Parts: sequence; structure tokens; C-alpha cells
Amino acid sequence: MINPQPGVATMKRYFFALTLTLVLAGLFAGAVLAQGTTPTDDEVNKVAKQLFCPVCESTPLDVCPTEACRQWRELIREMLADGKSEAEIKQYFVEHFGARVLNEPPNRLASYAVPVVAFLLGAFMLFRGFQMWMKPSKAGTGVPVEEAKPIPQDDYIVRLEEELKKKK
Amino acid sequence: MIAQFGFGVLVVTFLVTLYSVFAAVYGEYKKSPSMVESARRAMLLTWPLLTLTAGVLIYLLVNNHYEVQFVYEVTSRSMPTYLKVTAWWGGQAGSLLFWSWLMSVFASLVTIRKWDRDREFLPWVIVVASITMAFFLGMNIFFENPFAQLYQGFDGVNAHTFQPANSILVTPADGRGLNPLLRHPGMVIHPPMLYLGFVSFVIPYAFALAALITGRTDDRWIRLTRRWALWAWLFLSFGLVLGGRWAYDVLGWGGYWGWDPVEIAAFMPWLTGTAFLHSVMIQEKRGMFKHWNMLLIILTYSLVIFGTFLTRSGVLSSVHAFAQSAIGPLFFAFIGLSLITSVALLIYRWDSLRSETTMTSLLSREALFLLNNLLFMSILVVCFWGVIYPLISELFTGNKITVGPPFYERATGPLFASLMLLMGIAPLSAWGNSTVKTLGRAIWKPAVLAVAITVYTYFTYTQNIIALIGFFLIALVILVTLYEYWRGANARQKGQGENILTAFWNLTGRNRRRYGGYIIHISMMLMAIGILGIEIFQVETQGRVSAGETLSLANYTIEYKEIASWDDNPKGVNFTRAVLDVYENGIYLGQLHPRKDYYFESQQSMTIPGERATLRDDLYVLLVDWEPSTMEGATFKVFVNPLVNWLWLGSLLFLVGIFIAAWPDQDPERVTVRAGRRLPQTSAADD
Repeated sequence: MINPQPGVATMKRYFFALTLTLVLAGLFAGAVLAQGTTPTDDEVNKVAKQLFCPVCESTPLDVCPTEACRQWRELIREMLADGKSEAEIKQYFVEHFGARVLNEPPNRLASYAVPVVAFLLGAFMLFRGFQMWMKPSKAGTGVPVEEAKPIPQDDYIVRLEEELKKKK
Repeated sequence: MIAQFGFGVLVVTFLVTLYSVFAAVYGEYKKSPSMVESARRAMLLTWPLLTLTAGVLIYLLVNNHYEVQFVYEVTSRSMPTYLKVTAWWGGQAGSLLFWSWLMSVFASLVTIRKWDRDREFLPWVIVVASITMAFFLGMNIFFENPFAQLYQGFDGVNAHTFQPANSILVTPADGRGLNPLLRHPGMVIHPPMLYLGFVSFVIPYAFALAALITGRTDDRWIRLTRRWALWAWLFLSFGLVLGGRWAYDVLGWGGYWGWDPVEIAAFMPWLTGTAFLHSVMIQEKRGMFKHWNMLLIILTYSLVIFGTFLTRSGVLSSVHAFAQSAIGPLFFAFIGLSLITSVALLIYRWDSLRSETTMTSLLSREALFLLNNLLFMSILVVCFWGVIYPLISELFTGNKITVGPPFYERATGPLFASLMLLMGIAPLSAWGNSTVKTLGRAIWKPAVLAVAITVYTYFTYTQNIIALIGFFLIALVILVTLYEYWRGANARQKGQGENILTAFWNLTGRNRRRYGGYIIHISMMLMAIGILGIEIFQVETQGRVSAGETLSLANYTIEYKEIASWDDNPKGVNFTRAVLDVYENGIYLGQLHPRKDYYFESQQSMTIPGERATLRDDLYVLLVDWEPSTMEGATFKVFVNPLVNWLWLGSLLFLVGIFIAAWPDQDPERVTVRAGRRLPQTSAADD
């Protein structure tokens, strides 16, 4: 009588070896295929759009017509084909040409802080201004603002409203 | 000889301008009417003198006088005559002269008209306008002489105003020619429009300073210059739109606005100018915010000079270029001096500029206009910071950085959306006071309809949340504005028995500023549709195809048929033109011909897109590259820009609106006589 146990173990080992071989072969084939595929123009432009031409002023790299920029786009294509990520490609360009190639300043906090602070400051000043301007009116007339009648400065509006009421 | 004559006239004009400043100040100081009159005549003389100078320069440009450096740099024999004339503002020296010439035209127009009526202000208006003009003329005479000629000396060929010893005049056989990008009709008109806008804003500023100097700080200066400001705004706006169209047509990147510092330089005075146009209404109606209006016009003037400084000093390419440029530091000093002087005068008159009334409601028209001003100023800060941040970074850290579209779009997007919301609410609020109840009663119908349109858009066009917010705001503004129109016209129709079209016409005619403004609001919303379309829904693809192969994008398919290349020697251009068949969902639509023009003289190329424009979208195809030896394959970049043509349509309506708003009123006496003949008519909708 044959003991089935060693056969099962052997089968398992064969199955494991086969799976491993297939996985490794798949990975290898994937890597080969990845290296062999040429990135499309759209994939190149997607990265180039985020960079500015290092030579021309204010020209995004994806649309710059110079020969230098055409070569840089080809460089992006090669780097993509080599499996480099967007971040790595951008970093490469920053290292070689400086931070000016990025379409946004690297220090985002500094770039956004000034407009935000200016807006908040302006809003605060306006708020204080409203408070200051409203006080005399409330104190002087004792009439709640919500109930105050529109000031008849604009004859046109007043007369138009009256006429519209009459026509109804 | 002719060039020296031109330079001589330029120098005489400069001296006359300085004299007019001196005579006006002295005449006012000594209370001498004859001196003030002399200042006025001197100012009036600058126009013919500068026209003569410009005439000389145009003569040199048109007749190929390449011994003149400016002519050599901006023209060539192959250019048509009209381009040689417009090359006047195609280079630095010429554009500065153009600035001065426009200033002399406007200053003369101001001093010719209504001299007696505005006698109080005009001497000081002359002073401000003349100082501005003298500054630009000084730039031309001392640093950027358009009449400098080329001389061969021991140290090579250099440009000089007068012939140096041991040198001979050099006359090149041909000039370098105008930058091909500047030969587009849009670019021929775009700079004069911007300059017209820039220079027109000097006049309200001059009146504001005159008001501060004389102490006449009521709203008279505003009433006198209201239309100047509107025309200035028209020119500036039109200049910006033309610039956008030019970029779309010849820069070959599928867009109209790239947040380039040069674009922003023109946009900044537009922002303060727009805030000013709204804010002055508060002063006229309620006697409030006089300080603020002064500050706005001072800022606008400073930004006008700053914009010219940015584009002319070389500071944008590098702070070091600015330091090396002759005119950069002088521009900087002039902006500083004029700003400090203006603000000092404002502080001096601070007490006399106090508001005559107080604010009574946070929802009143004046409160909403102030909010509008806050938003415009915030956009200005974003733009200003975006332009100077790279300069500051380079100056202090030595690192150059770029502030590109993502920053501006993120920072200004919410502000523009808030402005649109205000545009929807403000026309319904009343001066003095409005309550939530009154405003709610007025707005609910348009708001409900706007929501319905947005829901419809959600199910039929897009689920993009930003786009939906945008479309809701656009619908709200358009509906509120039309509702206001309808209410006014309806009142006239019933009161006067007019048909609806006549009622609309008369309503607009009787209150041009108000209804012209409403048309401008609608036009802005049409433009916003185009902006939303291209910003959110633009798609693109690029690919290389051989003859008979196709590229597909959205519903479109383009089939590459052939490409041809040929030289046009008289024009000095090589044209390469592709032929493409266009299909939409398999249905043949026609052909497109994207091309590349290569200019031999300047060794520059222009990418002219093939465009198929409809109100739904633009199919926009660029010829990127091709195989020159076999001409068999070519690379194309294809964009589909949804809704973009609403932008151009809106800009046309914008012109209509601003013409209505800025059109001069009839003579008050004639209006009185006519009103006397029609006494029974007292409808509000008449006003």
C-alpha cells in the first residue's frame, strides 16, 4: 500500500514552484514590456504641461516651439519609458535648471499666504468700517435697520417701484 | 538730416511741456490768468509738435531709412506699408513716443473743451498731464531715442543721436523686420487700445489731484471725468480682449490667457479701474467713500505707469536686467514719487473728504459695492503678488521661480465667483437701504429659474460641481439683469403705451449708464460661459499620423490628407500647410488647414491653427511637426474647446454695453426744451 502523504507534499512543492515561476515570468515580461513601450505624446505633454521652458520666458514646456524644448520633451519621453514618475522627472528638471521650471513656486505657503492675509485684512477692515458707519444711524434714529425705509436717493428706483405697484 | 529734425522737434516738445508745468504752477501761485493761459497754449502746442515728430518717424519707417536704429529693428523691405506704419509702437522707443503723443491728444482735448467751466481744475490738470508727458519724452530723449542713427566707429557699429568723431553713417540694405507674432491684425490694434486705456486714465487722475490741490473735494471732479474713466475702461477692456484673441490665434497653445506677467500688467489697472467705476457711484449718490475713490484713482494711475514699467524695463526677465536697464530705475523712481506725492496730498485733505452720510444697511447698494471693491482689490493683490514674488525671490535668495496659471486660478477662482454672486444681487438692492425681505422678494423668481437651469445642466451637460456653481451664477446674473430690464420696459409699455421693443429702446436711452452697465454685466456672463468652457472642459490630444490616418478627440475625427511647403520670397516667409478632413460622429464637416509660417529675417515661426468654430465648441488643430524630406507624416495637436466662442461673442456685446454707458448725454438745455414739449409724461421708466 502506498502512503499518499509524500505524493501530496511533492504535488504541493511542484505547484508552488510552478506558481513562483509563472509570477516571476509575468513580472519579467511586464518589466520588459514596460521598458519597450514608448510613451505617447499625450503622456509626455501631461508632464511637460507642469513645467516651464527653462530658456523662454513664461512658456509652458508642452507648447514651446524651440528645438531645445523639443529635446526636453523627448527627454521626458525617455524618462517615462524608463519608468520614472512625474515627481522624479520634475525633480530632475529642478536639479538641472532650477525651481523656475516648475509652474508653481515650491514654497506654496509663502505664495498663498500673502493674498489670503490681504483678503482677511481687507474683510476685517470692511467689517469694522460697517460697524462704525452703522452706529450713528441706529443711535440717531432709534429705528432698527431692518425696518428703515430705503433712502429716496435714486428717484428712478422709487418711481419705478411705485409704478409697478400701481400696475399690479 | 530728417532724423535729426525729428529729434529736434522732440526736444522742443519736451521744453514746451516743461514750460507748461512751470507756467501753470507760477500762474496759479501768482494768480496770473495770463500765465495760466500761456500754460494752456503751451499744452495745446504739444499735440501738433508731437504729431510732427510722429510724422517724421512714420516717414522714416515707411521709406526704409535703415540708418535709423529703430527703423532697422522693427521694419524690413518686405513688410507692407500699413505694417511699417504700425511698427511705430512695435518697439520700445516708438511705443514711448506713442504714449506721449496720446497723452498730448487727450490733454489737449481736455483743455480745448470747457476751459471756462473747469477753470478751477484745469491749470492743475495741465501740470499733472504735462509732468507725465515730460517723463515719457525725457525717456525718449535721454535713453530711448527713436531717431538715433547707426554709425561705424573704431568700436564697431553703434547708435548715436549725433555723429561721433571719426565715424561714418551706416545704412544696412534691409531691416530686421517686425516680430512676426506682432503682424497679426489683433496685435496691430491691441497695443494702441491698451495705451489708449492707460493714457485715458491719466485724465481722471489729473482731475483728482487737481481737486486735492485746490481743496474742491466734492464730487465735481468725478462728474467731470466719469466719461473719461468709462472710455479709458472701454479701451483697456478692448485691448485685453484683443490680446486674448491674438494669443488664441497665433501663439499656438490653444488658450487665450496664460497669466503671463505682461498680461497681468494690463489687467491690474483694469481691476482698480473697474472698482473705481463702481465706487464713484457711491460718492455721487450718497456722498460717501471719497477717500477711497481718491485712493483708487491714484492706484490706477500708479498701476498704469507700473504696467508700462514692467513691460519696458526688462525687470520681468530678471531683476538684474532691470538694474542694468537705463529706464528701469527711472520708471521706478517716477512711480514712487507720484505715489508718495498723491498720497501725501490725500492725507493733507483727509478731513475735507469725510463722508456726508452714513451706511444704514449691510445689504444696501453702497455696502454691496464696497464688497465688490474688496473682491477687486483682493484679485489685484493676487496679481500683484504673483508678478513681484519671483522678483523678490530672485532679489533676496538668488533663486528664480515661476508663478504660473495654477496659482492664479486657485487664488482668484473663489473671488471671481463671489463677484458674480454680487453681480446677481447688487442690481436688486436699493441705495441707502435694503433688507433681506425686500431683496429676497426681488430675487426669488430669477433664483428659482437659475436653480432650474442648473438642474437641467446637471442632467444634460455636466456633473462637474465647479462648472455647475459657475453655470448657476451665470444664469442668476443674466436672469436678474433681464428681469430688471423687463420690469422697466413693462412699466413703460403700460405707462406710455409703447410696444415692447420701443419700451426697451427708450428705457435704455433714458438711463444709459444704468442699462449700459446691465448689458456689460450680461456680456461678462457670456464671456464667463466661454471661460468656464475652456477652463473646465477643454480636452486635447497629440499624435503623429501618416497620410490617410486619423486622430480622434471627443466627437471629432481628423484625417490627414497631405502637407505642402513653399517659399513666398517677396514676403520673406516659408509656409507649411497641412490639409485635414474633419468628421464629427462619422459625418464629414469640411477641411482644416493648420500651418506654420517661418520668417526668414527674424528666424521665427508662427503656428496658425486650423479652427472650426461653433457656439458649442471650437475644434482647434495645430501643426506641430512634420517630416520635411518625405512630407509623408506629420504631428498634430488637437484641442476641443467647448463654449469658447461665447467669450468672443460676449466681448462684442461688451462693446455695445460700454458704448451705451459712455455715450455723451444730450445738451441739458436741449433736453429741457424737449421735456417742456412733453410735459404730461412723468413715468419713472423715462428716466
